[in-house]
Amino acid sequence: MTREQRITALQRALEERILVLDGAMGTMIQQHKLDEADYRGARFADWGQDVKGNNDLLNLTQPDIIKDIHTDYLQAGADILETNTFNATRISEADYGMQDLVGELNREGARLAREAADEMTRETPHRPRFVAGVLGPTSRTASISPDVNDPAFRNVTFDELVDNYVEATEALIDGGADIILIETVFDTLNAKAAIFAVKTVFERQEHELPIMISGTITDASGRTLSGQTADAFWYSVKHADPISIGFNCALGAGELRQHVQTIARVADTYISAHPNAGLPNEMGEYDESPDAMAAHLQEWAESSLLNIVGGCCGTTPEHIRAIADAVDGLDPRQPVNEPPVMRLAGLETFQAV
Amino acid sequence: MKTASFINIGERTNVTGSAKFKKLILEERFDEALDVARQQVDAGAQIIDVNMDEAMLDSEAAMVTFLNLIASEPDIAKVPVMIDSSKWSVIEAGLKCLQGKGVVNSISLKEGEEAFLEQARKIKNYGAAAVVMAFDETGQADTEERKFEICERAYRLLVDTVGFPPEDIIFDPNVFAVATGIEEHNNYGVDFINATRRIRENLPHAHVSGGISNVSFSFRGNNPVREAMHSVFLYHAIQAGLDMGIVNAGMITVYSEIPDELRERVEDVILNRRDDATDRLLEIADQFKGAGAKRPEEDLAWREASVEERLKHAMVKGITSHIVEDTEEARQKVAAEGGRPLQVIEGPLMDGMNVVGDLFGSGQMFLPQVVKSARVMKQAVAHLIPFIEKEKAGGASGAKGKVLMATVKGDVHDIGKNIVGVVLQCNNFEVIDLGVMVPVDTILKVAKEEQVDIIGLSGLITPSLEEMVNVAMEMKRQDYVVPLLIGGATTSKVHTAVKIAPQYDHPVVHVLDASRAVGVAGSLVSETLRDNFVANIAADYQAVQERHAANKREARLLPVAAARANAVPVDWTDYTPPKPGFLGTRVFEDYDLAELVGRIDWTPFFRTWELAGNYPQILEDDVVGETARQLFADAQDMLQKIIAEKWLQARAVVGFWPANAVGDDVALYTDEGRDNELQRIHFLRQQGEKRAGRANACLADFVAPEGGKADYVGGFVVTAGHGIEGKLAEFKAQHDDYSDILLKALADRLAEAFAEHMHERVRTEFWGYATGEDFSNEELIREKYQGIRPAPGYPACPDHTEKPALFELLDATAVTGVSLTDSMAMLPVSSVSGYYFSHPESHYFGVAKIGRDQVEDYANRRGLDLTEAERWLAPNLAYDR
Repeated sequence: MTREQRITALQRALEERILVLDGAMGTMIQQHKLDEADYRGARFADWGQDVKGNNDLLNLTQPDIIKDIHTDYLQAGADILETNTFNATRISEADYGMQDLVGELNREGARLAREAADEMTRETPHRPRFVAGVLGPTSRTASISPDVNDPAFRNVTFDELVDNYVEATEALIDGGADIILIETVFDTLNAKAAIFAVKTVFERQEHELPIMISGTITDASGRTLSGQTADAFWYSVKHADPISIGFNCALGAGELRQHVQTIARVADTYISAHPNAGLPNEMGEYDESPDAMAAHLQEWAESSLLNIVGGCCGTTPEHIRAIADAVDGLDPRQPVNEPPVMRLAGLETFQAV
Repeated sequence: MKTASFINIGERTNVTGSAKFKKLILEERFDEALDVARQQVDAGAQIIDVNMDEAMLDSEAAMVTFLNLIASEPDIAKVPVMIDSSKWSVIEAGLKCLQGKGVVNSISLKEGEEAFLEQARKIKNYGAAAVVMAFDETGQADTEERKFEICERAYRLLVDTVGFPPEDIIFDPNVFAVATGIEEHNNYGVDFINATRRIRENLPHAHVSGGISNVSFSFRGNNPVREAMHSVFLYHAIQAGLDMGIVNAGMITVYSEIPDELRERVEDVILNRRDDATDRLLEIADQFKGAGAKRPEEDLAWREASVEERLKHAMVKGITSHIVEDTEEARQKVAAEGGRPLQVIEGPLMDGMNVVGDLFGSGQMFLPQVVKSARVMKQAVAHLIPFIEKEKAGGASGAKGKVLMATVKGDVHDIGKNIVGVVLQCNNFEVIDLGVMVPVDTILKVAKEEQVDIIGLSGLITPSLEEMVNVAMEMKRQDYVVPLLIGGATTSKVHTAVKIAPQYDHPVVHVLDASRAVGVAGSLVSETLRDNFVANIAADYQAVQERHAANKREARLLPVAAARANAVPVDWTDYTPPKPGFLGTRVFEDYDLAELVGRIDWTPFFRTWELAGNYPQILEDDVVGETARQLFADAQDMLQKIIAEKWLQARAVVGFWPANAVGDDVALYTDEGRDNELQRIHFLRQQGEKRAGRANACLADFVAPEGGKADYVGGFVVTAGHGIEGKLAEFKAQHDDYSDILLKALADRLAEAFAEHMHERVRTEFWGYATGEDFSNEELIREKYQGIRPAPGYPACPDHTEKPALFELLDATAVTGVSLTDSMAMLPVSSVSGYYFSHPESHYFGVAKIGRDQVEDYANRRGLDLTEAERWLAPNLAYDR
């Protein structure tokens, strides 16, 4: 299948059913209990600083582990894989001195997911599997000052973020991504830089991929870290014309539902959600069971809130299997036909008329 | 008629539109510049326009800095931003700072299609709407034909070539000055209005905007005529489809309020109805000139109108001078036609009040004006009541609903309640005001007898919060269903949602200020709006409750012992506490009020009237300045009368005692021997986890510990409220709420000024530790001096029940006539009490949340039982009782 054919197949599948996204990558990597040497592999044995915890580096040093995790999720029922590239930007990789490897990390990340997906597609050709190239939020925020005494200060600019994201996006496309997924957005301005970068790459390549966007409601305040309400977030990124909008991380399904519902009521595109496996317990672990989480998400699907569903922190192939079973055969939500009225946003939405 | 709702774009954060803002930005006074933005949002601006196009500025840098600062202020950042610049580089720099979806102002075809398309594509990729000027390669469009042609061409390029969402396009077809004396300009108003209509009819979903003040440019210096021109122009342009505009709210008048002759001639000019239109407007323009002061011509003009129009005019302008004669004339006219006196109220008077309500609701009129309008209304109604009663018309008043209002038991503060009452009355609600210190039984009894639609509770001191909870519980127990409104300085949405609403099964709504009261009450009595409103409030409050519960988990407290170990580190070894000039008390009877005037802090005075801004800058404010000046002038007049005619009497008592800290308490001794304890004052300590280097403060930290140095503590009670009741009764008889509220607000300010003045005398004279002190009033307001005067019941010592001990020490009730209510409020209301601390390290702080361990310990020290202590300290408890 060519990329064009896969994109057409993706669009058709979204009209017909709820698609399943994979679960957490980090949670699965943790289970391998890798040490510093494992992270370094042979190639970076002499690297000047510690790299343990740089999960994206495993695309180069432990490719088999990453590909196996992808395969586990596919076998559990995932339709869409997320590449292991959450931190593969110059800004984030600078923590490990690996900023110059960003192109390679993204390219290999996409290639590993591509291989796993293609192998599975060969087994079930009627149900092609897709690769979403992940652009993470980076470790800096463009609209929040890190210095309480200097609220006008920023430690990253829009332009730097655009450069970071252009580099990552090109490599993700090069490595075989079908979709670009801008996820875990806690500062909408970072996401807007990512959108600007992705659109720039599309214009340069004269070819567009579908974009998925997923924000993060950080706590019970019901707002993003940068202070936006759920609907204001949607209207601030709507210009990306994404194939889906949704939320992931920070909250469990129980807490996230109302925010997904808010945008599901107004969005003229598909809705995605990949919540955490509950809220962290006293030990900082996520312990919502696959069945409990699947029961929540099944109710969402029955309430016509969902088009794409998966899991974030704490979810495992068992969770994805339970979720896939739970939503199997349930009708996907129909995008809303919103009248063309000017809607602007600060932290809140303003609607003209 | 086509009605488009109109979006007014604030332009006070525009260096080309506001000289004040420009000055602030040039001088890098960003805090004040942010205040300008905040006031604009508070006043209801839906979008704020930011413009930094000034030759002396690095416009790009200024744009970035200001937008970044706005991003840190949630109460400003909640609204979208319009990035306004003639330079693309500034626009692009601004777009890179906005997380939300803003508006670019503006782009055009001036530099040709290529540049236009590139900029449009970028705006689309940044995610913003755009203002498009009717400007092309050959210049700015002036005729209807050119305006429409350029807009249509731009629309096609944007929608068809770029894929720009049509609903995100805002055309600005150029407002140009008319009546310039140049014949070609005469049709500019018509050209704009017609082009607007064609754009709206032919270019689907696009909007039309304009800079309205341009139209009147040739009448610079004659604001009354300019205002009339703006209003007439807007009136017609909005009908044609104009749905956005940059309009200075202070430069616009009410269309129907424009004198007929002026309106006709302005209309001739704007609509280009006759060749001599400009000359004819010029002929009469000078009659309307004359800034600020009364315009005699206009005065005469309104007196010549019909009686209905005169009543309406008096109401809108707040003029009482002819109200009784006009009301009587209207009554006779109605009677001659066989009508009833009630029709005067329901007709012209209510029409006037509706205009006032609308203007206030839309932010075009401010509270002091509304209260003045209410005074006019009340005097007119008072004149009519005997006639109405005579014909026994009685009964149905046609009011929207009946609202019972009361300041709860134990509390005596009622300025805010009275303001809300006035505003509700202005909006056709019947208000039953039970006054202050109203027990729950009375509230419920009257509510039942009068079958009220809404109960409104007010209170200022913290114990009133508990009393409000109590009222809610009683209402539930007695099966009431009436909605309950909560208001007053210490009330909050959080407290209402978390503590009061759960006690009652029917709506409980917190009302932030008078301007919100009408909307809330109106929704609650409306059959169509009520259910939705109640559901929204319930959802909102549930969210508040959840957020509160979530936040509470995060509030981390230290054990009280650990907090004590982190007390304010005061080094007593090399410090000798100063000894006061006298020990025991000193009484001041009938203090000279004139001495206090210079110490008045006026900023809170304006806040009482819901005018936001700091004194004296507020007097020059673009929006509320005129209202503030008028109010200030009225206040000065009354202040002179208060002093000259001795309306109020000021009394005070201050005292000093030998004192030492004993743990978190301070022991006061009968004499320097320090063997006999006279009284013990109990304080609370901050218990929240602190950053390194920050102490867990307690007021006792500022007094030398027992067995160490000889230290002292002072206390005081001052009042400026004696005599006020007689005057208030007079105002009440005259139906003069405006003077009533003004006098109460001034008495409060005088009491605060008295406290400030006494503190100054204590520092420089009685305690005398700061004899060389010389501060301006402004510096005093900013508390630059040494020593503090915290008051029981306020953040540093939040327990109101320490007041009786303080009063006993000073024998305050006997010598000053100030007494305490059940809830520890002081009577007369305009009184202040507190302690004096002298140590240089002493400072104000808030005790904030405290844990059960400290409360138990405190109850023990005070000899109170735990429930009693918890009741009084409820706002500070970090745990649920």
